[in-house]
Amino acid sequence: MFRIQVIAIVTSILFLLYIVRLIIKGKLREEYSIVWIVCTVILILFSFWRDGLAVVSDLVGVYSPPNLVLIATIFAVFIYLLHLSVVVSKLHSQNKQMAQDIALLKEKMEKK
Amino acid sequence: MKIATIVPAYNEEKAIANVVSDILLVAQSQNLAITVIVVNDCSKDSTSEIISKLNCVALDLPVNLGIGGAVQTGFKYAFENGFDYAIQIDGDGQHPASEIPKLINASKENNLDVVIGSRFMSKEGFQSSAVRRFGIKYFKWLNRFLVGIKINDSTSGLRLINKKTLEIVSEYYPDEYPEPEAIILYSLNKLKIGEVSVNMKERQGGVSSISSVSSIYYMFKVTLAIIYTFIRIKFKK
Repeated sequence: MFRIQVIAIVTSILFLLYIVRLIIKGKLREEYSIVWIVCTVILILFSFWRDGLAVVSDLVGVYSPPNLVLIATIFAVFIYLLHLSVVVSKLHSQNKQMAQDIALLKEKMEKK
Repeated sequence: MKIATIVPAYNEEKAIANVVSDILLVAQSQNLAITVIVVNDCSKDSTSEIISKLNCVALDLPVNLGIGGAVQTGFKYAFENGFDYAIQIDGDGQHPASEIPKLINASKENNLDVVIGSRFMSKEGFQSSAVRRFGIKYFKWLNRFLVGIKINDSTSGLRLINKKTLEIVSEYYPDEYPEPEAIILYSLNKLKIGEVSVNMKERQGGVSSISSVSSIYYMFKVTLAIIYTFIRIKFKK
């Protein structure tokens, strides 16, 4: 085992533990944690399986393995950002609905 | 016949009292059953205290929703309380209350669901800035292109809607810069839209929801919103 492998594995596991801790403390909702857990598991997998990256690059026809890492990471980040925008939009419309209901209810209460 | 006038107000402490009393004066002189509904969009000044002392229904939003969300709150109130008509009048004094009977008569005479008070049908009164006029021309073209109706002043906030329309807008009304988008919404819901010529004044207080810096963003955002609304309604059925 190479030194960099050990560092990668330890970092990944620490990151995974941190995510688990956030969920337990109720600071991160399970549905938003899935993507983080999956990413970390992939990191750990490739830390153990050193030739894996070369094998996968060969499979999809990428000449230089680091390029695959970059592309895959950027793509994953984009998808996750889009997901977050959807979540924010949903919160926005729920927030609006609630504010309006509060204003209408307040008026009703004051009339009595 | 119950009429609601919905006045969205954001930081309008200077103008709001006059706007409300003008509307009430018109109601009295024309013998109309008008209820004034002021929606305070979480103003930072004393708008909230002022409207609570006025002879009106005061709706206080706990957070700032923007003009669309504020107006929709008024629509929801009008719909829940069984009003026949709702008239939107800006809180900054741009829209003279004396034009209210004109809108109501136009709706009755021509059996219209939506009546828009337009400042461009005749060249009288305040005509607004060149940039805004260009934007309005553009929206006129976009409306004609998408739904085939000709509206001269699609950014006008002075408009009347009836009960049937109230039901639709309580369900969905655009948030930001809602006026041009709402026209598409109305016409795709097969509502009859008409326009009457009105005089507008220059604002007495407050700032426009559209500043000159953000006018490009405004055009872009509204164009997108219009196209999305178009697709959403057109292909849902």
